[in-house]
Amino acid sequence: MKLTGAQILMEVLKEEGVNSIFGFPGGATIDIHDNLEKTDLRHYLVRHEQGAVHAADGYARVTGKVGVCLVTSGPGATNAVTGVATAYMDSIPMVIISGQVPTHLIGNDAFQEVDIVGITRPCTKHNYLVPSVEELPRILKEAFHIARSGRPGPVLVDIPKNVQQATTNFKPKQKVKLKSYNPTYKPNSKQLRKVVDLIMTAKRPMIFAGGGVILSKGAEELTKLARSTKIPVTMSLMGLGGFPGSDPLSLGMIGMHGTYRANMSTGKCDLLIGIGVRFDDRVTGKTDCFAAQAEIVHIDIDPTSIRKNVPVSIPVVGDCKSSLEVINNYLAEEDLEKLTANRGPWLDQIEQWKQNFKLAYTQEEEIKPQYVVEKLYELTRGEAIITTEVGQNQMWAAQFYHFDRPGHFVTSGGLGTMGFGLPAAIGAQVAFPDALVVDVAGDGSIQMNIQEMATAVQYKLPVKVVILNNCYLGMVRQWQELFYDKRYACTCMDHAPDFVKLAEAFGAVGLRATRPEEVEDVLRQGLETPGPVIMDFRVTKEEGVYPMVPAGAPITEMLLV
Amino acid sequence: MTEEKHILTMLVDNEPGVLSRIVGLFSGRGFNIESLCVAETIDPKVSRITIVTKANEPLVEQIEKQLRKLINVIKLRDLTGSGSVQREMALICVRAKLENRDEILRMVDIFRCKVVDVGPEYYIIEATGTEEKMKALVNLLKPMGIKKIARTGTIALFREPH
Ligand SMILES: Cc1ncc(C[n+]2csc(CCOP(=O)(O)OP(=O)(O)O)c2C)c(N)n1
Ligand SMILES: [Mg+2]
Repeated sequence: MKLTGAQILMEVLKEEGVNSIFGFPGGATIDIHDNLEKTDLRHYLVRHEQGAVHAADGYARVTGKVGVCLVTSGPGATNAVTGVATAYMDSIPMVIISGQVPTHLIGNDAFQEVDIVGITRPCTKHNYLVPSVEELPRILKEAFHIARSGRPGPVLVDIPKNVQQATTNFKPKQKVKLKSYNPTYKPNSKQLRKVVDLIMTAKRPMIFAGGGVILSKGAEELTKLARSTKIPVTMSLMGLGGFPGSDPLSLGMIGMHGTYRANMSTGKCDLLIGIGVRFDDRVTGKTDCFAAQAEIVHIDIDPTSIRKNVPVSIPVVGDCKSSLEVINNYLAEEDLEKLTANRGPWLDQIEQWKQNFKLAYTQEEEIKPQYVVEKLYELTRGEAIITTEVGQNQMWAAQFYHFDRPGHFVTSGGLGTMGFGLPAAIGAQVAFPDALVVDVAGDGSIQMNIQEMATAVQYKLPVKVVILNNCYLGMVRQWQELFYDKRYACTCMDHAPDFVKLAEAFGAVGLRATRPEEVEDVLRQGLETPGPVIMDFRVTKEEGVYPMVPAGAPITEMLLV
Repeated sequence: MTEEKHILTMLVDNEPGVLSRIVGLFSGRGFNIESLCVAETIDPKVSRITIVTKANEPLVEQIEKQLRKLINVIKLRDLTGSGSVQREMALICVRAKLENRDEILRMVDIFRCKVVDVGPEYYIIEATGTEEKMKALVNLLKPMGIKKIARTGTIALFREPH
């Protein structure tokens, strides 16, 4: 079959099960966009390339499929970089197609030429500049394979314009052959036997679950393990939803803004089983003191994660879900009744920590941001897909919305990208048109990709934006309050637009609450309105996120209010 | 923890950009490169890269894992120690005044080097050997006056089992 490069791209996208693409055209993508129009593939025209990448990212996070976006050369490609780095840090499967100037112009500083392969080398799992149309099918197949397998990640494919136009004989369904890439899925069962032996003898065990559990679809196995052995579970920001947040064994989130009981448990446990985590500095605090009394088990598909930040007693390289299955199989032959009968003192201690320091706030004259999230949780019965922006809003969403299932919390963990939440919500809504998708936003972050409201309105994607409007870049302000003698340099945002009018200008609905008693009504009304809605909640300006572990301190040393 | 020298040798896809991925990994993660050698192998699709780095034990483990993770790295081995043969090469342009010429030639002989170019006032010497040998030679030639020197990094191969 003789096809052009652009046609080959369409064929491979279909082969890979892609049906939605987020993109923005330019001179170097006209051929591709032209062909897209002739297929059943749905193209969502964003308003900024960063939005396209975050939307593909949100789509990938809620479906587990590879997200796809399409941007033009030069500024189109550079605009995409923040999105690519965001996906890279959180191991999100994604293929980014960028147009490039024709091969004969590469290296000439041609119009809209930029070395995007060079620029994205450190923030992609892999990337390609396609040298000729003959190489295109192989490269595209490899890109999808690499993006979704092993530890997933974004793969960028840069396609010069003349390669898009050139023709070649296309053989469908080519097999990927990569001799140098073979992720280890199957864990070493001897190592896992040792883990089970530790589980059987530990007095104060805990599980620390991360995004890897969700990416490997291992949440059920994890829940089975924790419940059968009565081992409490804490989660990283990325792991939320990997274990039901409303389960009594859930300790909630760990780390800088983790719960008191999760962080205290880490200090006191004698066995810590890390699954699909990377012991990020926002989790560990001072690493010398992290789980200092514990044997640490670390299960992850990426060998580089293991022993990178903390010493580990039992390393296990493998797929999280498969590892959990093996552990559960071993445990089936053990006396679990006897094991769980002895769990009392440890769980009592944890309960005491829980009672001593609950996540709490006092509702006064003004609206407390935590109250808005709590009401949102109640009204949606915990079933909404929540995306977030970055800052205090993100932490309050993590603390006060209790995620019971994977794929319902979509947040930029590793890179902490302001402006992520709205386009990610759009991507999630495209994946699940009937789901309730809510972006919990800050007044600062929402302004970074607010233009995507136009995309939501154009495609009738009924995303709801809940702005916790504190007139500050609140998280930075909180650091200034605590560590810079309240010098609020450049964090006051009192020149924000009128978000209600702004919503209306986009053709969406805008609502506002300024008093606590209005919160529930505004939420109810906003959530019931059919199309996209922005809700502007005027919350207490100088509220803080607590507990808080100061950067570099041991995680058991928390500021509590 | 003490830092030690490690000789990492890897087979990589012989494609544009591969070296940049490897060097970028070292600079981006703050790993150190003492020397670097790259050339094609018998298979023109595959190159061999040899990197000498200095790091403590956990860091070397991390460097090796990170390198293995690169899609274009086919195989990697740590060739530190006596299980491998290691060589460097140098071209040394040394000032050769009349009164020094005999002494220089004696050294060329002792170190099994070759004089590859001769001028009225200089010799260019070609030397190969271990890193230690190269250092010793350079130190002995220094007093005569080294005008220019070009050195390669270390290359190494595993000894085949007998
Ligand atoms: C793109 C980007 N720039 C800067 C930052 C640094 N930063 C982290 S949180 C934050 C404040 C965010 O303000 P807002 O969206 O109003 O959220 P709040 O903390 O007030 O809830 C800033 C500036 C960032 N994370 N991302
Ligand atoms: Mg704010």
